[in-house]
This record gives sequence, C-alpha cells and structure tokens, in this order.
Amino acid sequence: MSSIKIKLKKQDIDKIKEITASFNNEEHELINVLHKCQQHFGYLPAEVQEVISDEMDIPTAKIYGIVTFYSFFTMTPKGKNPISICMGTACYVRGGEKVLDEFKKELGIEAGQTTKDGKFSISSLRCVGACGLAPVVLIGEKTYGRVAPDDVKEILAEYK
Amino acid sequence: MDTIKLTIDNKQLEVEKGTSIYNAAKSIGIDIPVLCYMSMKDLCIENKPAGCRICVVEVEGRRNLAPSCSTDCQDNMVVRTHTPRVLNARKTVLEFILSDHPKDCLVCPKSGHCELQDMAVKMGIRKIPGEEIAEMSTYRLDTSPSIIRDLDKCIMCRRCETMCNEVQTVGALSAVNRGFYAAVAPAFEQNLEHSPCTYCGQCVAVCPTGALTEVDHTPEVMTHLADPKKTVVVQTAPAVRAALGEEFGLEPGTLVTGKMVTALRQLGFDYVFDTDFAADLTIMEEGTELLNRLSAHLKGDKEIRLPILTSCCPGWVNFFETYFPDLKNVPSTSKSPQQMFGAIAKSYFAEKKEIRREDMVVVSIMPCLAKKYECQRDEFSVDGNPDVDLSISTRELAAFIKQANIDFDSLPEGEFDNPLGESTGAGVIFGATGGVIEAAARTAYEMHTGKNLEKVDFEQLRGMDGVREATVDFDGLPINIGIAHGLGNARKLLDDVRSGKSKYHAIEIMACPGGCIGGGGQPQHHGQTEILKARAAAIYTEDKNKKIRKSHENPFIKELYSTYLGEPNSELAHKLLHTKYFDKKKKIIVNQ
Repeated sequence: MSSIKIKLKKQDIDKIKEITASFNNEEHELINVLHKCQQHFGYLPAEVQEVISDEMDIPTAKIYGIVTFYSFFTMTPKGKNPISICMGTACYVRGGEKVLDEFKKELGIEAGQTTKDGKFSISSLRCVGACGLAPVVLIGEKTYGRVAPDDVKEILAEYK
Repeated sequence: MDTIKLTIDNKQLEVEKGTSIYNAAKSIGIDIPVLCYMSMKDLCIENKPAGCRICVVEVEGRRNLAPSCSTDCQDNMVVRTHTPRVLNARKTVLEFILSDHPKDCLVCPKSGHCELQDMAVKMGIRKIPGEEIAEMSTYRLDTSPSIIRDLDKCIMCRRCETMCNEVQTVGALSAVNRGFYAAVAPAFEQNLEHSPCTYCGQCVAVCPTGALTEVDHTPEVMTHLADPKKTVVVQTAPAVRAALGEEFGLEPGTLVTGKMVTALRQLGFDYVFDTDFAADLTIMEEGTELLNRLSAHLKGDKEIRLPILTSCCPGWVNFFETYFPDLKNVPSTSKSPQQMFGAIAKSYFAEKKEIRREDMVVVSIMPCLAKKYECQRDEFSVDGNPDVDLSISTRELAAFIKQANIDFDSLPEGEFDNPLGESTGAGVIFGATGGVIEAAARTAYEMHTGKNLEKVDFEQLRGMDGVREATVDFDGLPINIGIAHGLGNARKLLDDVRSGKSKYHAIEIMACPGGCIGGGGQPQHHGQTEILKARAAAIYTEDKNKKIRKSHENPFIKELYSTYLGEPNSELAHKLLHTKYFDKKKKIIVNQ
C-alpha cells in the first residue's frame, strides 16, 4: 500500500476526536458518530472518514460502506442554499416530481449534487408535515408551499 | 448436549441444537447447492450472509422458502430439499444472478474453476429470461501488482469481505453502495494499490467467480524462455509441490516434486532450482540473528527487542508495515527465501557461470500472490534490475504446463539442478504453518548447544490451531515459541508484543490460514480444510524422506558460506540477504 496522507485543520481533527470520544470510540456507535460529524461538517468527506477510522480503529472501507449504504449520509457538501423537495405521498401526487425536475433543469444538477459555485444543492425528502401546502419546497429554513414548476425560476432568483 | 429431531427428505435424523439445515442435510449425505455460503470449520471461518438464496429449502408449515445455510434446525421440522417449488426458486435466483453477469465464460480466467459456471451447469440453465432487456452493472477494472478486481463478475457473495475483515483483519475490502450499484471495494472505491491490502490473496482463494483473480505473468515468462540470449532460472517454493498435482486430478496431498522438476525442464527453463535451498539459507541467517539477539538479551542488553519475528511471508510484512510500523525493528531483517534466492542467483551463481546480470532472468513458482508484489519492491533490485524478475503462482504454472501439452501424470521424476537446488527437510517444511520455526529450532539448537539434536521432529510446533505455543528446551534454556497463521491471529500476538505482554522469544507468522500450503496462489480448496491438512502431511512426508533434515548440514549451503559469504550475518550476507522495513501507516497531517 502506498502511504495515505490526510490533511485536515487541527480544529476539525479535534472536533472529530471530541465526537468519537463522546461515544467512547465504541464500534457499535459508528452510525451515531457519523450523524454527529455530518451535523457538524454538513457532509462526510473522505478526510473525515479517515480520521474517524483512525480514532475508532475501524477500517475506512467499512465506514465508507456505511456512508454509501444509507441515503442520509452524503459525501458531497451541501450548497449555501440547500433545496429540499418533498416527495412524500401528498406532494408527489400534486406534482412534486415535476417541481424537482424543474429545479434540476434550472440548476443543471441531479438530486444529491451541488452546483459548481456552491450556491445550491438539491435533495429530495419524504414528508415535512405540511401536506396541506403540497407540493412543498424548503430552501434553507424557508418553506415554499403549492409550488408549481413555473414558480421555480422566480424562487431561485431570490437567492442569486 | 441438546439435540433436535427432524426429517429431511423423508430421512429422520438427530442433530445438535444450533445446527443449520444445510449442515444437518450434509451429515446424511444430502448436498444442498450453495453459492455464497462457505465454511472452513477447522479454521473457524464461516461466511453465511444468506445473500444468494440458492440453498433454499421447503419447511413444512413455513410460508416462504428457508435459506438452509442460515436457518437452524428445530424440533420435528420437516424439510424437503428438492421439491419442484424449491428447484424452480433456485433456478429463478440463478437466472437473476446470471442476468447481471458477463457471458464471456469462454475467455474468463476462471473458466473451468468457476462455481457460478458449475452451478449453471448443475441447474441446467439454457436461457436467461429477459436477458435482452436486463441492465448490466459495470465497474472499472482494477489491476494491482498481484490481484485483478473485475467486479462485473462479482455476485456479492461477500466471501472476500469475510476473509479480508474477519479472518485477516486487514480491512481493505467492504461492501459499498446499495442495490444494483452494490460492490465489494476498498474505501472510496479506490484501487487496491491505495488500500491497506497486503496482497495475501485470500480473497482470490475464496472468490467463486472471476471477480478476483491473480495478475497472470506467464506470457512474460514465455517471452523470456523464447529468448536465446537469456538464461532463465526457476525456483519453486516448498508448498507448490504439495498442491500442484491437484490441478491434474491427483489426490490432495500427492507430492509431485520430481514431476514438477521434469515439467519445468520441458518448459525450457535453463536451471531448475529450489526455493528450499534459500529456505535453508534463511535459517542460517535468521537462526544466527535469533541467537545473537537472544544472547544479548540474556546478558541484559536493553536495546535488544524480543521476540524475534519471522519475515519470510510478504503478506505478513505488508501487514506489519501498515498496521504495526512502530514494531518494525522487531521482525528478523532476513529477506524471504524468494528474495534470498534471487540475490544469490544473480550474484554468486551468475558469477560462477559468468552470466551477466541483465542476461539472467529469475522466475519463481509460488503458492502466493503477495510474492508478485514482493519481487517488485524497489529495495529488491540493483540498478532497476530486480533480483527476482517474475513470480507465477501454482495455478499459473499448472495452466502453463497444460498449454504446453505436457502430460503431467506420466512425467518421469526429475532432480533439481545444483548448487541452488539442494535442500534439506528443514527447507521443505517452510510450506506449512509452524515449519519455519521448527526448521529454525533444529539449527539454532545445535548452534547454541554445540550438541547433536537427536530428535529433529518438533511435533509440538505442528498443527492447524490458529495460535499455538510451545517451549523448546535448548539444553536447559527454555525457548518460548509462538506461532500464528492467518493475519487476524497474527494481530493478537502483535498486540501483546506492542503492549509488552508477549512472553515469547520467537514468533512465526504466516499470513495465510494453514501457511503457504493455503496460499492465495494455490489450487482452490473451496473451503475444504481436509485439503490443507493433506498438503501439510505431504510436506512433512517430504521432510521425513530427506537424508539431511537440518539446514546447516546442507553441503551447498556450507560451500556458499565457505567460498562466498564468509559466515552467517557477515557483511556480504547483510548486503545480499537482509532488508529493512518501511512505515506504511496512514498519516493524519494537520493542515495549518
């Protein structure tokens, strides 16, 4: 094997160590550790997984396996304005997918991706509990209800 | 013992509680087909992800079919293993697997040895329904110095993952992604070369299909053999002779040393030598090193670290360089027999025969895939010319012999050439777990005590238990010896060395379960430990049949020292026969 060198800022490494230590570096806590790390960093880049592997003495391959298995975990940094489009039953039947397609078309990215300028990312989620407003879109903390594909351009303009 | 009574295919039987339906059926001669399941009982290795569903059976009163590999027997259970429903289900499952499997069997390196192919034959698959519309998953080919990963052929049995993680504790491979995109891969789907892979090849040894295979170096060997300017020298590792016959339909454990020598000569090698000679040489160097370290330690030298660890196994060397670099001054500095042979062939022998280094090609036949990587290490070459040019596995040699239409079974017994073909029983037993340390004990005992060792068989060092220990009496001085085979077992002993708890003076470690006889380059044993035991028995038989059974009594080793090297651990011996180790641990660097 060729030597792998991981570069991270000291404060980031310390934060990961703090998180793994709070779970006593116990192997069965790995998923919780990953949740906490994703909460902190917004995503789980390779470097973060390597440090977790080192701290918890779990092969990086295993950690990567878990990160790629569960759709909640992501290795792509979210955009400055993360767009979540609800694909829950109510939103879906009221055209959520068409809205999603419009966002993808406008931004030129797929769900799970981030625009090159880092401004937007798209993800789909299941039910935000606002079915009366279906179809629902969240951008950051802000909620948009009864969104039609034609509204997408206008909504995006608010953030440009 | 709690027992359970049940009926399988109208036969009543009683089994121990906790027995799977698959094993219960097997005990009465019913062989339920399996694909992902693998059991190596004696080595405590079991893979049963219940992923493939080929082994399903019908259980009376149960709505769905049960995977027999992972369903325990229960009292009064009535099991049927070949009803039409079962057979149809198996066929459908297999058709699904085949629908996402390349159909290039004709040119697949695993053709003829593929468990999936065998299963398709067994189930009489003639057509794959929906083949035209079925989507095929595709992955890039990953070629490392030793192993090729062609994941298009992976059926996600995850045997390799079990070997890499649970048995070897290397952790290079893991199941990643999900559904259609699922694969077994290193972290971040990088190539093996950029993972902690030790190239032990145990993943290749258990892979049922062509997803994991060795890099085939036979074409390069043929090119050299065809070049009249080249003198091509071959060396054969001890474990090869105990397994090669299996590829030609001989019973496991059949020794084919003489036939192998004749075959190699017929293939056109100029000199047919034996790695066992270099194994004897290893004992001289490693044994001397052990005694020197031991006596310094006994005199109270705090600088000297014990135990001494053997260093013949390249998978093991890769393992400690990656996971225990802090202990890199603990293993013996002696090169492996393969590399000692190369260094001596291209110096002592080349000078003797007046062959220029660049005109000599050294090929090794090894039971091992890590040897392919080892011979490519920079430190084992002189001005870019490697001491060992190419290493091919037992399997590759068998294929080469078949290609050359040599009727192996009818070959006369040949003899190795001299001087690098003469070996003792001590060199032979390197091939089985415990063999290196037994060979070392035979020589170190006589070196230390100056007495003749009456009984050369150290039975207490032999066997198949993953971790073994024994105390050998050096005429009043008790030497504590530890033995581990399989890297997971090695890790246990290494953790003790790291924490200072180890009570051993010397430890032998082999990366592969069973030692080299179970190497990643050997004919596939498909998880049958009886085959490994038969190979080990063959190795000890060869040892018994040798006139000389102690390395230091090998006349050509004596001559090598008296006319060339001087004495063990001499300056020249150090230059040619010793090496150093590198820290390959992953580094976390603070980015300011």
